[in-house]
Amino acid sequence: MPKVNGASLLRGLIGTAGLLAVLEAAGRLGAWDTERLPLVSTVLLRAGELLTDPEFLVSARSSLTTWALALLVTIAIAVPAGLLLGMVKPAEMAVRPLIEFLRPIPSVALIPLVILLYSETTHMRITVAVYAALWPVLINTIYGVRDVDPLAKETLRSFGFGPGSVAYRVVLPGAAPFIATGIRLAASVAIVLVVTSELIAGGIEGVGVYITIAQSGNRLDLMIGATILVGLFGILVNALLVAGENRLFRWHRARAGAAT
Amino acid sequence: MLELVDLSHTYGSYRAIDRVNLKVAQGEVVCIVGPSGCGKSTLLRSIAGLIKPTGGTVLLDGKPVAGSPENLAVVFQDYSRSLYPWMSALANVGLPLRRRGLDKKRRDAAAMAALEQVGLAGAAAKYPWEMSGGMQQRVSIARALAYQPKLLLMDEPFGSVDAQTREELEDLTLRVCAHHGMTILLITHDVDESVYVGDRVVVLSKAPGTVVGDLPVQLPGPRDQIHTRELEAFVRLRAEVGRLVRGMTPHRNTHGFGVETR
Repeated sequence: MPKVNGASLLRGLIGTAGLLAVLEAAGRLGAWDTERLPLVSTVLLRAGELLTDPEFLVSARSSLTTWALALLVTIAIAVPAGLLLGMVKPAEMAVRPLIEFLRPIPSVALIPLVILLYSETTHMRITVAVYAALWPVLINTIYGVRDVDPLAKETLRSFGFGPGSVAYRVVLPGAAPFIATGIRLAASVAIVLVVTSELIAGGIEGVGVYITIAQSGNRLDLMIGATILVGLFGILVNALLVAGENRLFRWHRARAGAAT
Repeated sequence: MLELVDLSHTYGSYRAIDRVNLKVAQGEVVCIVGPSGCGKSTLLRSIAGLIKPTGGTVLLDGKPVAGSPENLAVVFQDYSRSLYPWMSALANVGLPLRRRGLDKKRRDAAAMAALEQVGLAGAAAKYPWEMSGGMQQRVSIARALAYQPKLLLMDEPFGSVDAQTREELEDLTLRVCAHHGMTILLITHDVDESVYVGDRVVVLSKAPGTVVGDLPVQLPGPRDQIHTRELEAFVRLRAEVGRLVRGMTPHRNTHGFGVETR
């Protein structure tokens, strides 16, 4: 888990602000036609305005719902499947070639197919996002389960606990830090895929749809503003999940720290 | 209370233990000592039901053991792997008590009492990784005590702590187990420890491990780290166990000549 401290955060902010200032100055000095590509300050202003724009907010809420549902479905499928495959070696061996075949298929390539299968756009978008977000959670869960110390499991077995209890009380908590990392990666992937499916397949609501409409109106300021907000949302989600992991899995970091 | 009849186990073509026969009476502290690779851990894991021995039977109170028996607890050498780092000391100790069908309040009370017995009442809220090795092994012992097993298996329980902590833990184990009237089977490679802790020392041969010696330890109690170890009887017994472990035939003359190698 990347550790963010005050100094590195400050430097990051300085770097970002410096780049934006250079771009702003270049635009004002006539490096490009600001009628076509707006100034940094204009874009940032639009991005701020979008946060109170009812039309954008309807789209944002729609995307957010799709994203959250996709993440929930991903967790509901990938965590139990990963636990099973991690604990039952023959099952993992049987499914492995299939996983290795399916995993590299870009989710975006499935969009035309999925459009034909679903009449409901939300279902279509969720399916596309889940397909891409599934893998990091599944793979991390499998490795997390494998990483659980056999002696930790045997200890509980020696007290007479059955396989179900061992799975619930030792394997699941022991693998939890890996699962959490998988979910954090999946959260980012799902954002990308939700917006992508909105851009490609269209629809009525969604940030991707909003960007497409802004494009047809030649509003680059709104397009870039909305894109920046999606990026900021991604950073926010990642930071929240990292903070949650650091808080919940102090034991894991303490142990990993002691080992290195 | 515990009886091993022709207990054997092979891993593929490797014979770890071969027809081990042993009877342990209620309340006895039996130390099993042997050279490394004599199948000590295989023996313990067979009794604990963690592996299914390929031959022979384990009888507990006259009944053959299938799976992990009730009323049995194990203390492993590797406390850092055997304790759960996501749980406090109190939660670690209380966890096995779920098997006893106690509610949370009673589990916590029993866990607290066990931690008090090992001198860790003040560290109940600490996590294993915040503790020293000796403290962690005390938590493991407390976990076994709280469970109140009739048979306590200990696999090199003091093998990973420093010498002083080791002596403290030996005395602690003897004290609290005598208090509870527990039967203990302690596995060690340390000849000195086996004589100090045991009422009886059972010596296993090199793999395939089999019983080559079964010596009663007649030392006055309560045992004391300094005085017990300087007793003539202790020194003599230790030498005898040492010879057995090294694969020499035991002899009882005091000259020390004519030792045969098996």
